[in-house]
Amino acid sequence: MSQDHPANLLYTREHEWARIEGNTATIGITHFAVEQLGDVTQVDLPREGETIRKEDVFGSVESVKAVSDLYAPLSGKVVKVNNPLNDTPQYLNDEPYDDGWLIQIELSNPAETASLMTAAQYAEFLRDQDAH
Amino acid sequence: MRYLPHTDADVARMLQAIGLPSIDALFGEMIPARLALGRKLDLPPALDEATLAAHLAELAGKNVAVRPTVPGSGPLAFLGAGHHPHYVPAAVDMLLRRAEFYTSYTPYQPEIAQGTLQAIFEFQSIVCELTGLDVANASMYDGASACAEAVLMARRITGRTRTLVTGGLHPEYLETCRTYLAALPGSIEVVPTTSAGATDVARLEAQLNAGDGDDVACLVVQTPSFHGVVEDLARLAACARARGALVIAVTTDPLTWAVAEAPGRAGADIAVAEAIGLALGASFGGPALGLFAAKAEYLRQMPGRLCGETVDKDGRRGYVLTLSTREQHIRRDKATSNICTNTGLVSLAFTINMSLLGRRGFGELARLIYAKTRYLRAQSERLAARGYALAYPTAPHFSELALRVPGGDAALIATRAAERGVIPGVPLGRFDNAQRDLLLVSVCENHRREDLDRLVAVLEEVA
Amino acid sequence: MSSVNELPPRHLLHHEPPIFELGSPGRSGASLPSLDVPAADPRDDWGSLARAEAPGLPELSEVDVTRHFTRLSRWNYAIDIGMYPLGSCTMKYNPKINEAAARIPGFAGLHVYQPESTLQGALELMWQLERMLCEIVGFPRATLQPAAGAHGELAGLMMIRAAHADRGRHPTKILIPDSAHGTNPASCTLNGFDAVTLPTGADGVLDVDAVRAALSSDTAGIMITNPSTLGVFEENIADIAELVHSVGGFVYMDGANLNALLGKFRPGDAGVDVMHINLHKTFTTPHGGGGPGAGPVAVAAALEPFLPRPTVEKRGDRFTLEYDRPKSVGRLRSFFGNWGMFVRAYTYIRELGGEGLTRATELAVLNANYLRARLEHEYPVACTRRSMHEVVFSDKRLKKETGVQTLDIAKRLIDHGYHPPTVYFPLIVPGALMIEPTETESPETLDQFADALLAIAEEARRDPERVKSAPHSTGLRRLDETRAARKPRLRWRPAGTE
Repeated sequence: MSQDHPANLLYTREHEWARIEGNTATIGITHFAVEQLGDVTQVDLPREGETIRKEDVFGSVESVKAVSDLYAPLSGKVVKVNNPLNDTPQYLNDEPYDDGWLIQIELSNPAETASLMTAAQYAEFLRDQDAH
Repeated sequence: MRYLPHTDADVARMLQAIGLPSIDALFGEMIPARLALGRKLDLPPALDEATLAAHLAELAGKNVAVRPTVPGSGPLAFLGAGHHPHYVPAAVDMLLRRAEFYTSYTPYQPEIAQGTLQAIFEFQSIVCELTGLDVANASMYDGASACAEAVLMARRITGRTRTLVTGGLHPEYLETCRTYLAALPGSIEVVPTTSAGATDVARLEAQLNAGDGDDVACLVVQTPSFHGVVEDLARLAACARARGALVIAVTTDPLTWAVAEAPGRAGADIAVAEAIGLALGASFGGPALGLFAAKAEYLRQMPGRLCGETVDKDGRRGYVLTLSTREQHIRRDKATSNICTNTGLVSLAFTINMSLLGRRGFGELARLIYAKTRYLRAQSERLAARGYALAYPTAPHFSELALRVPGGDAALIATRAAERGVIPGVPLGRFDNAQRDLLLVSVCENHRREDLDRLVAVLEEVA
Repeated sequence: MSSVNELPPRHLLHHEPPIFELGSPGRSGASLPSLDVPAADPRDDWGSLARAEAPGLPELSEVDVTRHFTRLSRWNYAIDIGMYPLGSCTMKYNPKINEAAARIPGFAGLHVYQPESTLQGALELMWQLERMLCEIVGFPRATLQPAAGAHGELAGLMMIRAAHADRGRHPTKILIPDSAHGTNPASCTLNGFDAVTLPTGADGVLDVDAVRAALSSDTAGIMITNPSTLGVFEENIADIAELVHSVGGFVYMDGANLNALLGKFRPGDAGVDVMHINLHKTFTTPHGGGGPGAGPVAVAAALEPFLPRPTVEKRGDRFTLEYDRPKSVGRLRSFFGNWGMFVRAYTYIRELGGEGLTRATELAVLNANYLRARLEHEYPVACTRRSMHEVVFSDKRLKKETGVQTLDIAKRLIDHGYHPPTVYFPLIVPGALMIEPTETESPETLDQFADALLAIAEEARRDPERVKSAPHSTGLRRLDETRAARKPRLRWRPAGTE
């Protein structure tokens, strides 16, 4: 299961992940989320320079028959956007933790990271969800 | 009851399988007695087919069909004003009667709906060819609602709330836009027309520059205008685009696009049209057919269904409904529109008729009508002696002429002409009392030269 | 036992290329009148306003065009081929006399701006149709103008908004059950209302207390589908209406499922204020591969002043269009509505009469319940209450046992000769299979259809891959919808020009 949710990332209940490096965070959606969505056909992301707030919707991911909102795991200013996803949304399906990353933000409140789950906690969260 | 196959024995057997004694017991389990309709419906009695056919014929007989809309009968009419029936060849209706087309549903199961899907794909392709735009949807209810949807789309794209429309927009289209936008912030403002008949560019510039800076979402331009004047779309579009407003081109007869520059090449971002006349002919205006096309960059903001090409598991070419995440059944309150229909069968009729007309016939048909309109225009000199005047003598016209009548009451002239077997046009007072002296005369391909001469003669008589 | 259609398709179907790949330059299927006035060409008169380049339309003879579209038609399933059990869509038989009626020249050849004196038959038909629809649903007035059900919703909500504004009120919220059609919330947005979702009660009907809890002075109204999309009668509708009225709100009923109610229940009698009626469902106008429909809206007296204009009125023995309606919401489209559909619906109602319509509802409900009795041991039913005209089954059991799911079942039904049911709707039922047989299917057809569904369940246990790779008998196999959405190709282009 380790490649399903890598140990070096932090997670949310909305199935986003964040990789913290200094004062920046790279954000994506988890393998589990991608499985639920099916083949991704379109990704809508904010532009560089926009600010996003933790728990607010910052974009959406579409498959053939569904649209899912993306919820910001952390607050900050968008410094980089994975633009190749516009043309090649299947990166999200193929490599959600690698080429399928969504945005990079400069953290405005690094303390927020404390509220995210570790990989082990996320795994447990998924098990609980499944039991319902 | 011939559509209800059940015999008494069938009903008894089925009730037994369900475990209930009667149909009343079945409904008794669902509808509480206090809510049940405790009486029979008060409707006219059932009719057998022959009696029904006779009744329908009698009812239809209370209408008067006009010529040449219905060949060979009734008074000679010159009616248009946004409803432009053309002769639709018999092959179109014969193909529409194929039950595989008219008794099928929306093509949600593509493996057994390739006929409908491919026809939609061809329809979209034809609309792109006509408009010179990149993408077209599978059709809208009609031209007026398509126009309102285009305005909503422009508001979404620009984030602005002012809408400008040319004075030549069909009054029913303007009213439809006002109805659609009534609950939303912003305004709809009419740009006046010059005495020559076209949109007043200076006034347009002033209105674009009014308000607090660049706040106009779109300019809606109908061309030819409601009064039949061909607008300089490219010039109007350039003004609007300079202020960041989108341009929506409207026509009530797509045949215009055979001879007037394609809206996409004249700078329009969105084009809409009413195409009933090239699909079903008259049909008392409904079901209608709204065409809707836009530039590719606005694809994700388009309303309505879209059909796209793809392949099946074996790699063979096929078609599916696609990009449906824009639509109400998925995005619900955030959808681009609440529309859940394409006017499928009417769009099929249009596709067949356009295929029959073809590249050559489409242009020939338009030039035929243009030539007849010009002939009538030349005759108007004769009418001048009786006090008639072309409302816009110097403007370019395609198929319609607004005529100022002597005495100032076009409805009266029309009534007198009708007594002589000619319905000479639409008196515009029905839309706007200030225009009660105008008669809108519409020419179609099946007006013969003698019909046009007859119109002129009757107008002379009744002046 | 149901037999699967395993015949190879190619002897029946022509692979038919897009029409742009057929024909030859210069060929034409047009038949135009000869020019009997001096020739003229806009290109000589209009300068830059004239079109520079002719649109690239197809170039075929009438023979080629006829064959092309005839061949395309053969790739379609249709009601006239077999049962079409799409839940919520009411795919009943489309009577042939309707089609003949709509084509009578005195109906089909009318221009919208003819003098009223020449349109008396058309206006009378519209007036009579309005009266008959009003009697069926229990309201004093209706507008025939909306072009479809969703267009009717838009009209209904506009009237609700206008009625509030007329009373100096501007409430913003509309309550909508979670089982509703997507058009409901989308129609709210267009009206500037916020849709507030109401959870369906545990037994599948709307709970009065849940409605009470959601109500406030900001409630503009509620939209109720009755019977609900679960196919059950909303038995609390009158109490809910009273509650909503008590805060000044209006009750909108989505009439998509009216086929379950004819002669049995009239929404207007139970406190509903406004509803739309889908002529293309209950009243047999054809679906035409996705449209046109028609969505008349009936209203209670309180909303009557706000009806779209024009209305059709009878003055003495003369019928007339009335535009002078100062409180009207305006018009939602050009002209008078989908006239061709009015003729068909009128014809149908006159053929069946009140008793025939009531019988149609009885048999539609009987058919649905019979199918339920035959299938629910294999396909669990989402809601324990008695079904009306449709039943929502789920793939729950089969999916767990075999991995075969709703989509596979739907596709395998095609091989048995049926159109699949509505799938994955309502959204609140995972793996939903929503089946509406309608009254026009005979018990033998229902038995064959049930046998097919049971055979698929049996096959799923024996050979799940066979089911998962269905359909096997169609001209094309499952289509790649992901590819269509990722790289949209929405129009034909000549090879090598992309």
